[in-house]
Amino acid sequence: MEFLYDFSKVLLGTCRDVLPIILLIVFFQLFVLRQSIPHLRRLIVGGVYVIVGLALFLAGLEKALFPLGKIMANQLSDPAFIYGAGEIVTHADWKAYGWVYLFAAMIGFATTIAEPSLIAVAYKANEVSAGTISSWGLRVTVALGVAFGISLGTFRIITGTPLYLYILVGYMIVIIQTLFAPKSIIALAYDSGGVTTSTVTVPLVAALGLGLAATVPGRNPALDGFGLIAFASLFPIISVMGYAQLMQWRTKCSIKNMEKRNAL
Amino acid sequence: MIISIILKKIRQAVTDLLPIVLVIAFFQIVVLRQPLPQMGEVLFGALLVVLGLTLFVQGLEMGLFPIGETMAHALARKGSLFWLLCFAFALGFSTTVAEPALIAVAAEAADIASQGGLIDSSQESQKQYAFGLRMSVAFSVGLAILIGVMRIIRGWPIHYLIIGGYGVVMLMTIIAPKEIIGIAYDAGGVTTSTITVPLVAALGVGLASTIRGRSPLVDGFGLIAFASLLPMIFVMGYGLIVF
Repeated sequence: MEFLYDFSKVLLGTCRDVLPIILLIVFFQLFVLRQSIPHLRRLIVGGVYVIVGLALFLAGLEKALFPLGKIMANQLSDPAFIYGAGEIVTHADWKAYGWVYLFAAMIGFATTIAEPSLIAVAYKANEVSAGTISSWGLRVTVALGVAFGISLGTFRIITGTPLYLYILVGYMIVIIQTLFAPKSIIALAYDSGGVTTSTVTVPLVAALGLGLAATVPGRNPALDGFGLIAFASLFPIISVMGYAQLMQWRTKCSIKNMEKRNAL
Repeated sequence: MIISIILKKIRQAVTDLLPIVLVIAFFQIVVLRQPLPQMGEVLFGALLVVLGLTLFVQGLEMGLFPIGETMAHALARKGSLFWLLCFAFALGFSTTVAEPALIAVAAEAADIASQGGLIDSSQESQKQYAFGLRMSVAFSVGLAILIGVMRIIRGWPIHYLIIGGYGVVMLMTIIAPKEIIGIAYDAGGVTTSTITVPLVAALGVGLASTIRGRSPLVDGFGLIAFASLLPMIFVMGYGLIVF
């Protein structure tokens, strides 16, 4: 019974998210385009699938994974777990947080793989590239970027180094990569940075950030808890462009080798 | 036939979720050495998640992608730049302005600003500040989709726009008040919801495949990138103007 109540609340929330889109499309169809929509029945069924599917997905996450993930984030960042019980810690030692970095990386990877917006973008990328960009390969590359980013983000919170330094350096790398990366991948790489931080990743990652900022000695949750999301959207850009560059470089090498062999 | 398709979709959803389950199980059992609490509830939730993801992906292919592309084709064929840009702006603005994540971030930002003594601590001025922040983010997302659509139509190369944008972000990071920077960066991440993303992606790809001389891969993507870049600039700009 309680579950039904929760579920209908989530369903209502999803409907409210969709409402402006429906209004907009109906308005344009009726007043601007003035034509009927082809396959209307199929579209409506698809729309209902999306809404119900997303609501089930969110309700399930909130029931099963989020509470568990949040508890674990708190337990792992608990000083009693990291330094042993009874130890009084006044200064954070960044080397003691090995499990935290590993957890951050793994949970970043895992949540990104399950991220519905990324599934959508990867599906489209696979479709328009006529299969040369594999949807699974793109998702794994993005997830690796998020894993590294979030791990580095927890390191930043633990050491208390300023956020903008990391971000500025990250942007520098992105700009330099942009100049050299294959042109066809650039737009997709930037997009994958924007879609990683969504329904699955944000709640778990935010819990980890706030938990760390609250328990690491000398950190302030209001100032240091933010910024993990920024890391999670910066590093996938680097990893996707990096992967494309690697592929381009390898193709070049193999062509060169072929030429050499042909010359001989 | 249908059953095998459904089974394939469900298997895909299970594969998508497996990593999360493995990570949580590993840390719970090996590192923290605690039994999983409320096994039944967790399993039930996981079942819902798999079911939901399966339905969502099916709905993407049937509903969201086609409607986005149909709108893009119809608007491009109509040939009116004005209405196309109106649609782009309205899509960005209307899906962002009521986004719960954004409302939460704006309220939090108002709280931090009043603690830091940047605005009055009265309820009234906090509300005003949060509202202004929300409006500037929603406006910036609308503008971002509009600029992105313009780019697809005109065929401007994306990297000049994005590098320019990042340049502005870096400059503003240096001059903007410190309290707003973390919020500004996070605002870029929370603006694009799970339903907006497929629609916007379909709009971009649909436009790029309708307009002659544009490649869907090179020109069709990038709308989401603008939608996460521009809010950062606007939020920092808002911080500069208000303080």
